[in-house]
Amino acid sequence: MAELVAVIASTHHPFYYRASTATGADRPPFADEWVRKVMAFRETLTRANPDVLVMVGSDHFHQLWLDNMPQFLVGKAPFYDANWYNEEREFGLPRMTCQGEEDLSAHLLRGGLDLGFDLAFSNELRIDHSITCPIITLRPQNDLPIVPVYTNIFAPPLPQPKRFVQLGQAIRELIESWPDDRRVAVIGTGHLSLELGGPRQFGPHGPDPEFDRRAVEWISTGDLEGCLSEVTLDSLWNPGNATHGFMDFMLMMGVAGEGRKADYTDTYDLFHTMEAYFTWYPDGGGRA
Amino acid sequence: MSKYLLDKFLFTVDRDPELVERYREEPRATVEWWEAEEAGRILGSHLDERSTWLSFDDAEREALATHDYPKLFELGAHPFLTLTLFIAMFERDYAEPLGFQLEYAQRLSGYSLPYPDIST
Repeated sequence: MAELVAVIASTHHPFYYRASTATGADRPPFADEWVRKVMAFRETLTRANPDVLVMVGSDHFHQLWLDNMPQFLVGKAPFYDANWYNEEREFGLPRMTCQGEEDLSAHLLRGGLDLGFDLAFSNELRIDHSITCPIITLRPQNDLPIVPVYTNIFAPPLPQPKRFVQLGQAIRELIESWPDDRRVAVIGTGHLSLELGGPRQFGPHGPDPEFDRRAVEWISTGDLEGCLSEVTLDSLWNPGNATHGFMDFMLMMGVAGEGRKADYTDTYDLFHTMEAYFTWYPDGGGRA
Repeated sequence: MSKYLLDKFLFTVDRDPELVERYREEPRATVEWWEAEEAGRILGSHLDERSTWLSFDDAEREALATHDYPKLFELGAHPFLTLTLFIAMFERDYAEPLGFQLEYAQRLSGYSLPYPDIST
């Protein structure tokens, strides 16, 4: 069977690519420290030596739209083109192409359906920065096949937070039952407190530093029970109007497991939103 | 009232570079053209299949025609769509980094929780 070798949860800050590649007067003062933190985070994935990446993210109204909106969707394609015109325009993100791992996609779809998740699928999916940002930060050589998993954290009505956790638990179970001998890492990206298109956007910090502090505590200690007892679809409006992306972190806590402390935690307080990076090594091997 | 149609306008204009410029320069004419010619287009159809029932109400049409993004926020347009498109149109007019984004936040500062419902 396949081995789950790393579970990684991260924010996906679309400005990292531009900040990290800028030079001279264009390079923002926070770029060097940001790059240093990302390089250290990248090492946690490199150390796990994965063969395949399951990538959890959320389409930002690129391919998935209100006339046909899935709650959870698994990509099943041999390739995924990536990034969209408005992401080039606003963030300077490059066009990319990722290789797919269709056999694992099929396994997640069949197994997920049989576990009670009525997963949608796509045979032609152009992925966006929720998935390409972690490729740029964690695996910039883009040399591993992926399985994209999209969640709806964006267009109400949304699934309940516990459903994200349950899907994470199912993804782990399914990876560990995939009849293949390759090493699989799961990388998921979401948000801490975040405001987009509202009065609290683009402040000197994230819109709710206290929520961010508690969120980092929940994630880094694997405190699913505490997190689920306080986080609801209604409560997530309070830290910022785009904070439902935190449910992708909850999904990753489900992959990592109840009570599993993260082996690596780092944060970076930036304008607009806090960056947060977590890695778990299910087999302990990465801690060597 | 059609929050969905507001969102559909923002979505379809934002993804078309020519329409972004056209909406920036001639907002009222672009909104009127779009409502007449594009509002009903079924986006996932490769032929020109149309819905027959979609239209703006007066407040929605006026908010779009006047680039009134605080009003769009009040009407429940999806804030991500509004922000993304308006950055594309107006960030260029501000000398300071984030100048437009911070003015945008300031112009919405009269709103407190709970924000207008964005469910469609």
